[in-house]
Amino acid sequence: MSAFVEIRGVDKNYGFAKVLHGVDLDVARSSVTCIIGPSGSGKTTLLRCINQLELLDKGYVRVDGCYIGYKLRGGKLHQLSGREAARERADIGMVFQRFNLFPHKTVLDNIIEAPVLVRGVSKAEARERAHRLLDRVNLRDKADAYPSQLSGGQQQRVAIARALAMEPKLMLFDEPTSALDPELVGDVLDVMRDLAATGMTMIVVTHEMGFAREVADHLVFMSDGVIVEQGHPREVLAAPKQDRTRAFLSKVL
Amino acid sequence: MAMPSVDAVHTTPPSGAERTASPAEKVPPLAHRVRPARVLAVIAVGLGAAMLVHALVTNPNFQWSVVGQYLTTNTIVVGVLTTLELTVLSMAIGIALGVVLGVMSQSANALVSGAGWLYVWFFRGTPLLVQIIFWYNLASLYPKVSVGIPFGPSFVHGATNSMITPFAAAVLSLGLNEGAYMAEIVRGGLLGVDRGQAEAAHSLGLTRFQAMRRIILPQAMRLIVPPTGNQTISMLKSTALVSVISMTELLHAVQQIYATTYQTIPLLIVASLWYLAVTSVLSVGQYFLERKLGRGNRSHASGRGGLVRQIIRALRVRPDSPEVSAS
Ligand SMILES: Nc1ncnc2c1ncn2[C@@H]1O[C@H](COP(=O)(O)OP(=O)(O)O)[C@@H](O)[C@H]1O
Ligand SMILES: [Mg+2]
Repeated sequence: MSAFVEIRGVDKNYGFAKVLHGVDLDVARSSVTCIIGPSGSGKTTLLRCINQLELLDKGYVRVDGCYIGYKLRGGKLHQLSGREAARERADIGMVFQRFNLFPHKTVLDNIIEAPVLVRGVSKAEARERAHRLLDRVNLRDKADAYPSQLSGGQQQRVAIARALAMEPKLMLFDEPTSALDPELVGDVLDVMRDLAATGMTMIVVTHEMGFAREVADHLVFMSDGVIVEQGHPREVLAAPKQDRTRAFLSKVL
Repeated sequence: MAMPSVDAVHTTPPSGAERTASPAEKVPPLAHRVRPARVLAVIAVGLGAAMLVHALVTNPNFQWSVVGQYLTTNTIVVGVLTTLELTVLSMAIGIALGVVLGVMSQSANALVSGAGWLYVWFFRGTPLLVQIIFWYNLASLYPKVSVGIPFGPSFVHGATNSMITPFAAAVLSLGLNEGAYMAEIVRGGLLGVDRGQAEAAHSLGLTRFQAMRRIILPQAMRLIVPPTGNQTISMLKSTALVSVISMTELLHAVQQIYATTYQTIPLLIVASLWYLAVTSVLSVGQYFLERKLGRGNRSHASGRGGLVRQIIRALRVRPDSPEVSAS
């Protein structure tokens, strides 16, 4: 029985720069995996590869048994059409460091856009679900606000609600609290903690070691495009085996 | 630090009795200093305006009575309507073409983006007047035109001369030329939208086309509309060029009249007054359109004030650059 997310031998180059080489990672269903590592180590790139925002140069990613971005035919992996790729992305939610809300749409319209356009949900139903999601992220009275009228923490919670509106089977978070003022970080982490408790499979790139220690089931340390060390967060944080991990942790803890 | 910072100067309360001024005490009124340069500028502008009005009124060669006489005659009004028609149709073609070419320029396919680049290169690189005369004389290049499957059967065919009327040549040349400029404007607008917007849309499962139509283009509009307004005003005036192919728009209409009456200056004033009137209306429309597009932006709250003040603000000349006018 293979893992829910299975990453095998992934290489990614930008021109001559090798950003990922030979990344292998398994993520169990309903688990939370945190990825830590110095800036430029390829954490964002790995998430973008899982969501097909980047094409792989080598290797494969499987989610729930399906090859991401490709289908197996005649012993070869053939790249999906744009439409098929979009369908696969719809099942994987992504939360960005800089929120990336649609500034020309209200909070409510941000959330219902994709369910209506991609899933064909009726507007009335999408709105009702959006209000429930806003309840869940503690923003029930902000439905008609524009993103520019919200604080960073509120925007990030809307971004989480927007991703959840597609009912994804996997959620990716790329440093969701790095762009926030310190006093707003807690609200976003609380929402993520609640989400983890509902059994959502999550891969979280973060610098919040407290969150990683408490919430993560699995901790991955990346450096220079490779996974240097991984294991249970308490073990990795308390007794790192690799020098590079130790050096990094001594700076951030 | 050796020098006190600006903040420090502001926040340090003044010493002495003023520091303890309670709210109940009378606040002394502020007396702003008189700015001599400003006063001089006002006098100079006022003087210049008075001289201009004096010259306009006292020089009999302006023949203001003739201006009044022709301003609303039938020929002139028909000319104005033709000019408007040409402007609207050419801009419609130009905008449609510009969106297609602008989106093409963003394509990852080098052939597609290259084709768009070639179009812009050609139509921006040759004079509009040449293009107008070229389309008008298309018949000498291709005496017959037909519409059908390339290298296959044709459905409609006829003599080029009967299809390329002066009106068709005018709309074609103005529209195709405008397409090149609009393509650059659309391209700039698309580049002005943060890449994260497309990524967020894709991560939600929108296709490239859906992301472009629902997320990228609407945001690019804020950058596209102001220069498009300028292009429309520019187009209104460019239509005067098609007078060379005997298209009876506003300029050609007044030319026809002064060719027989020799009242050249007053009739050119008639035409100018009409051009000014229409560009003024367009400027006001542009202003309100821009305000509407500012929705969802904190900065749009700055457009307050009464209707008259807003119209005056709209009529102020502004630079062409989208960065300045979109802010
Ligand atoms: N679009 C790109 N083109 C070229 N190089 C890139 C691009 N995106 C990222 N990189 C490079 O890839 C490396 C890894 O980047 P990234 O995945 O963003 O790291 P992290 O998220 O761990 O900070 C960095 O050295 C970065 O400069
Ligand atoms: Mg990153």
